[in-house]
Amino acid sequence: MKAIDQVNVTFTSRSANEGFARACAACFAAQLDPTLDEVADVKTAVSEAVTNAIVHAYPDRLGKITLRLRLYENNELEIQVKDSGVGIPDVDQARTPLFTTGGEERSGMGFTIMESFMDGLKVRSQPGKGTTVTMRKRIARRAGAPK
Amino acid sequence: MPITVTRRDDALTIALSGEIDHHGARTMMEQLDDAIAQRLPARLVLDLSGVNFMDSSGIAVLLRAKRQMDHTGGQLRVTAIPTQARRVLDAAGVGRLITLE
Repeated sequence: MKAIDQVNVTFTSRSANEGFARACAACFAAQLDPTLDEVADVKTAVSEAVTNAIVHAYPDRLGKITLRLRLYENNELEIQVKDSGVGIPDVDQARTPLFTTGGEERSGMGFTIMESFMDGLKVRSQPGKGTTVTMRKRIARRAGAPK
Repeated sequence: MPITVTRRDDALTIALSGEIDHHGARTMMEQLDDAIAQRLPARLVLDLSGVNFMDSSGIAVLLRAKRQMDHTGGQLRVTAIPTQARRVLDAAGVGRLITLE
């Protein structure tokens, strides 16, 4: 399926950029005329994925994070958060609820919330090379909305 | 991301506001730690009515407050939870650990 719109944003892995990434995704999704709940879902999932990259991908240094937003004809939004950090040795373990290597400041629920708030979640990671999180969400067409 | 502390008898109400994400969570945890340690309340109410966004970092903030209250033998309730924050808490099953109202 071909994307009808796409935005790529690359930013430094500073925690101050978490809010920036949420706002970018919400603005991009706005063209689908989403409900407030749908916008909140997108912002929450993006916040989790970007925070994971900031906390875990670059534990000892700043690095680059790319947020890629794509829109498809079937009103599907694809959100990709990509880093070139340390990678995840065991993705299945990382996706287990409550599992975290981030200490007391992390709850270990990030992937669980991404799964709950989006329609699809894929995590690809290679130790030493980085991680790519891809999420999909179908935004419901409103009655009377142009096709 | 300010917190506002109100004391009445043996109960302490702390109103959280703004966006609770990883960027601001550490400061909020420190503020809560200080407020609890200084006043040692028997009952703590966290009022989330002013929270306009929360991700799983907020869960860590609430769980830390819960541990603090358990440590001192106090009780914790979380009230006035906005819809978005409620959905995050529900997705994580936090209601099994903390009283959510």
